[in-house]
Amino acid sequence: MTEALHASAQMEPLQSVPAEKAEAIHVWNLHKKFGALEVLKGVSLTAKDGDVVAMIGGSGSGKSTFLRCINFLENPTSGVIRINGEDVQMVSDGEGGQYPANRRQIERIRSRLGMVFQNFNLWQHMTLIQNVIEVPVHVLGMKRDEAMAIGEQLLERVGLSAKRDVYPAYLSGGQQQRGAIARALAIQPRVMLFDEPTSALDPELVGEVLKVIGDLAKEGRTMLLVTHEMKFAREVASHVMYLHNGIVEEEGPPEELFGSPKSERLKQFIRTVS
Amino acid sequence: MADASIIPAGIAGMFDLLSPNPPGWGGNLLRGLANSLQIAVGAFGMGLLIGTFGAYGKLYGGPLVRDIAAIYTTIVRAVPELVLILLLYYAGTDMINRVLEGLGYQRVDISGLVAGIVVLGFVQGAYATEVLRGAIKAIPQGEIEAARAYGMSPTLMMRRITLPAMLPHALPGLANLWLISTKDTALLAVVGFSELTLVTRQAAGTTKAYFLFFIAAGVLYLAITLFSNLILAKVEQWARRGMPSVKEAR
Repeated sequence: MTEALHASAQMEPLQSVPAEKAEAIHVWNLHKKFGALEVLKGVSLTAKDGDVVAMIGGSGSGKSTFLRCINFLENPTSGVIRINGEDVQMVSDGEGGQYPANRRQIERIRSRLGMVFQNFNLWQHMTLIQNVIEVPVHVLGMKRDEAMAIGEQLLERVGLSAKRDVYPAYLSGGQQQRGAIARALAIQPRVMLFDEPTSALDPELVGEVLKVIGDLAKEGRTMLLVTHEMKFAREVASHVMYLHNGIVEEEGPPEELFGSPKSERLKQFIRTVS
Repeated sequence: MADASIIPAGIAGMFDLLSPNPPGWGGNLLRGLANSLQIAVGAFGMGLLIGTFGAYGKLYGGPLVRDIAAIYTTIVRAVPELVLILLLYYAGTDMINRVLEGLGYQRVDISGLVAGIVVLGFVQGAYATEVLRGAIKAIPQGEIEAARAYGMSPTLMMRRITLPAMLPHALPGLANLWLISTKDTALLAVVGFSELTLVTRQAAGTTKAYFLFFIAAGVLYLAITLFSNLILAKVEQWARRGMPSVKEAR
């Protein structure tokens, strides 16, 4: 009954391939159905270390679903996902869908992907610093003192040192989102996943969050970014994908994609959002 | 004997009857109170345990687990507690002994305390299941999703995120259950367990001072409630630590 799509291929650590940058995420031909509705119709992506991939597209284009499939918050209906060189084993659920065969593998992979949500999703019963050290201490098994030291550095980086003992409910949206970015950084992620990180923010708070994300891109972090901020995507991304109705309509370097879009739809999309 | 010129003889006699030393009945009343509290604490704790499993079963379990949990909460909440207590106490102990005999063991005497805790805990568990299920559903879905997205295992998520995050939503309901459990112990009088109400009835029947003893028992029950309220208010304040006040700002 167990129908694994691929044999588990544990890749060598990235030090062994110094010449070429290692693949952090490889997705091939990803499909996702919600009932009869096919949201993703075969999307592929490869992100190497240091890549900043921006995904743009109208609402309902499937870009958020695609991001959520990468850390299995949604189970893809079919397709291959390889993260850190590790193929994720899937099992058929007998109804045309599939789910991960090994929960621990998923947990291990997730603990190396720093997800930042549209609605921040900080844990409300913990102070900011407690939010930041929660995963390092309880999932990754880091010593509390060590996690505290790292956590305080990260809060300083996102400009929230003064708020370390404040509960999220007492922070502004921009502060919460910067705190959520610190929480993601605390796990020393291989890849950062941003799911429309500024969409829930008041216009005057967008800038402070984009600045933090932009700094991360500059220091060479690998990131997947779903966003509506076209100007920002153009500035920070190394690769842009334009999704429409569950397929990649056009992709390429930002100058090319925004400068001379080929597809009529993308031209129209760029006109309407800018 | 107190000075009869200051305290009227009737009132002095009253204190004699309530004196903790025989022939006063105060000691018996306090022992009854202690028994009641032991049962209430045990039953409430067992109810919490069953309720946690029940709520998780109803929310996350497979079809079979969900059905079992639904049958349990429906039946327990449908049958009057007194009937359940009689049924579980007599039929339950009888069944255990039959099974033991069938397996070739000796009959056992099941202590009233243990039987009382199990019977009331079983009833409390059904109500706690629903209180906790509602509280877990009140947690913002995003917080659960964040826990999942950062690789928490189900047990870690339960311990670190779900249980603390649902507590503020569960506490008013759980406080009700605790107070109900302190008073439900009185139902165990029907099976002859010497909790506060049964002891009070014995004292009243023997001395004919009905009014005095039932008032005394009422005062003891009230004291439990007042003390519980103090503790519960503190616990709720702590559980709501991350939440702004629901009152309008002034």
